[in-house]
Amino acid sequence: MYSLHAITHSIQDWLSARLSPVWVLMIESIIVIVLAIGLFAVLGLILVWLERKVAAHMQIRLGPNRVGPAGIFQTSADTLKLILKEGLTPDGADKFLFNFAPFVVMIVAMLALAPIAFANGFQIWDINIGVLYVSAISSLSVIGILIAGWASNNKYSLLGAMRSGAQIVSYELSAGLSILTIVVLTGSLQISDIVHAQQNGWWLFKGHIPVVIAFIIFIIAATAETNRAPFDLAEAESELTAGFHTEYSGMKFALFFLAEYINIFIVCAIGATLFLGGWMPFHIGDWAQFNHVMDYIPSSIWFFGKTFFLIFLIMWFRWTFPRLRVDQLLTLEWKYLLPISLFNLLLVTVIAIMNWHF
Amino acid sequence: MYTETQIINNSNDELVINVGPQHPATHGVLHLVITLQGETIKKVEPHLGYIHRSIEKMCESLTYRQFICASSRMDYLSAHINNHACALTVEKGAQIEVPQRAQYIRVIMDELTRIASHELWWGAMAMDLGAFTPFFYAFREREVITEIMEETCGARLTMNYMVPGGVMTDIHPDFQKRVKEFIQLFKSKIDEYDDLVTNNIIFQNRTKGVGHLSKEDAISYGCTGAVARASGVSCDIRKLYPYDIYDKVTFNEILETAGDSFARYMIRMGEMRESIKIIEQLIDNIPEGDYQAKTKAVLKLPKGDFYTRVETARGELGVYIVSEGAATPYRIKFRSPGFSNLSALDQMARGGKIGDLMATMGTLDLVIPDIDR
Repeated sequence: MYSLHAITHSIQDWLSARLSPVWVLMIESIIVIVLAIGLFAVLGLILVWLERKVAAHMQIRLGPNRVGPAGIFQTSADTLKLILKEGLTPDGADKFLFNFAPFVVMIVAMLALAPIAFANGFQIWDINIGVLYVSAISSLSVIGILIAGWASNNKYSLLGAMRSGAQIVSYELSAGLSILTIVVLTGSLQISDIVHAQQNGWWLFKGHIPVVIAFIIFIIAATAETNRAPFDLAEAESELTAGFHTEYSGMKFALFFLAEYINIFIVCAIGATLFLGGWMPFHIGDWAQFNHVMDYIPSSIWFFGKTFFLIFLIMWFRWTFPRLRVDQLLTLEWKYLLPISLFNLLLVTVIAIMNWHF
Repeated sequence: MYTETQIINNSNDELVINVGPQHPATHGVLHLVITLQGETIKKVEPHLGYIHRSIEKMCESLTYRQFICASSRMDYLSAHINNHACALTVEKGAQIEVPQRAQYIRVIMDELTRIASHELWWGAMAMDLGAFTPFFYAFREREVITEIMEETCGARLTMNYMVPGGVMTDIHPDFQKRVKEFIQLFKSKIDEYDDLVTNNIIFQNRTKGVGHLSKEDAISYGCTGAVARASGVSCDIRKLYPYDIYDKVTFNEILETAGDSFARYMIRMGEMRESIKIIEQLIDNIPEGDYQAKTKAVLKLPKGDFYTRVETARGELGVYIVSEGAATPYRIKFRSPGFSNLSALDQMARGGKIGDLMATMGTLDLVIPDIDR
C-alpha cells in the first residue's frame, strides 16, 4: 500500500539534519497550519458549491453555472463579496461577545480537524484519545452558538441559540454512544488503530446488525449536531428568519457559514473512519488477490470518497425532509435514539467479548 | 406586599415577538404580534393594513367593465375566479344571458386557476415546514397552466379574461389539446406529491392534531373554503349555490372532520383531484357558439343591491354592489375569504409551539392583498 509516510519522514529528516529540534517543531507547525488553513478554505469552497449543485439537481434547477466551468468559482466570488461587506454590529448587542462568537465556532471546527487521518500516513496529530478528542471538541461549538444568540440582543437569535443548545447537548449522547460501539470493538480510541483494525473488512460489514444500527444512529445524530435539516431548528428559516446568526453580516456571517460546512466534513470524516474504514481500501477477509487490486487505489481517494458519500447523504436529507418541531426533536432523541443506542452498546459489548464479529 | 407565588405570576416571563411584516413565513406583509412563554404560544394578534390599497373605494369610480380588473389584485392567485364573481354580479344586475360556450370556458379556466393556486400553496406550505424542494416541483406543473392561460388570453397571473356577458376572446385552437396533455401530466405528478410530502412521517407528525379548529368555531369565525370544510362544515358554493354550469358537472365536495392542519392539507389535495374531474367532463364538450353576449357599450345597472358569491381557491368570495342606476357603482363591498380565515388563527395557534403556528398559517393559505384589499 502506498504510504505518505515517506514524504513526511523525509521532510522531518531534512529539517532535523539542519536545525535544532525547537526550530524543527516550529517550522513543522507552520507547515501544518498553512496546510490546515488551505484545506479549510478549499473544503469550504467545494462543500458550498457541492451543496448548491446537489440542491439544484434535486430541485430540477441547474445551480451556479456562470462563474467558471460549472460555476466552481461561484463560492470564491461569494466569499470575496462577503469579505468586502460591512460587518454590522447592532446597537444593543454585547460588542465583545458578539464579535467573539464567530471565532469560537471557527476555532472549534479547526481544532477538531487535528486527529483525522486523510490518507495513509497523513495525519496531523495521531493522539491516543483521538475519537474522544473529536467528540469533546466538537461539542464545544454550542458555546459559540449560545454566545452568538445571547450577544445579538435579538429575540429570534436567542430562541435559535436556546434550541441549538438543547439539541446539540442531547444528540451528543447518542453520537457518543454509537462512537463507543466501534471503540469497544477496536479496543482503542486512537484513529490509526481504528483504521488498521479494519484491514480485513470495514466495521459496518464485520460487526453484524448492531454496528449497522449504530451507523444509522450516528448519521442521524451527526445531522442534528451540525444543525442541518431536518434538524435545522437553530436557524429554522420559516420560524426564526435565520436563528442565531440573524444579526451577523459580512465576514462574521461567513465564519458561521464556513464552520457549518467544516463541521459537516468532520462528522462525516469521523463516520467514514469509524464505520467505513477511513482511508483503508475495501478489503474482503483473506481474498489476497482482490485486496491487492484494491490497494492500487490511493488511500486519499478512499477516504475522501467515503466522506463525500456521507456528505451527499446528509445533503440529500436536507433537500428532502421537512423540519421537525422542537419537542419532537427532543422526543426522538430521549425516547428512541438514546435507549436504542444504550441497548445496542450492550449488544456490541457482548459481541466483542465473545469474539463473534468477523 | 406580594406573596411568593404572586411575584412569580407577576414576573414578566412572556416574550413578545413581531413576526412580520417582513418575515419568510408570512408570505407577504402580514404582521403577527405573538406572545410566547418559552416556545409555547400564548396569543397571536394579527395586524393588518400594510398592503391596503382601498380597492373597494377605487371601484366606485370605475365602470362596470373596468372594476373587474381591480378585483384581480385582491387574491392574485385566483384572480380569474375573483373576476368571475364580479362578472356574475354585473350580469345579475344588468340581466345579461351568458352564452353556453362562455360558461364552459369560464368554468374550465376557474378550475385551472384553482389547481394553479393550490399548487403554489402546496409548495409554500412545505416551505413553511422547512422542506424547500416541493416548491420547485409545484412550480414545474404550475408553469404548464400559466402557459395555457398565456396562450389563450395573453396573461399568466392576472388574466382579466372575464367580461360582463362572457369572456374577452375565444379560446386558442390548441387550448383543448394542451389542457388534456396537462391533465395526463398532472395525474401522475400529484401522486408524486403524495410520495414526497403527504406520506412523509415528519410532515404528518408536524401537521396532525396541530392548529385544531372545531366545527362551532369554524362557523362562528365565518371560515370558508378548505379551512371550514376541514372542520366538517359543508360550504362549497359550487355545490350549494351553483353558478354557470357547475350544476351540470358531477364532483364531490371534500369534507374532513379532524379540523387540524393535516385535514386542511388533505382537503386541498383532494380539491385538486376534483378539479381535474370537472375539467375532464367539460373539456371535450365545449359547445359551439358565441363566447360573449351582445351588450351595450355603456353598462348601467338598475337601482338596487346585487350580491353574488363564488368559491375561490381560498373560500367564499362575495361581491356586493349598490347601484344608483349610474355607469359606476355607488358602493362595492368584497367579502374576502382570507380575512375571515385569518381571524381564526389566534384560536388555532394558542397553546402550540412556534413551529405549529407556521404549520397552521401554511394551511390557512393566506394571500395578504386579499385580506387587506
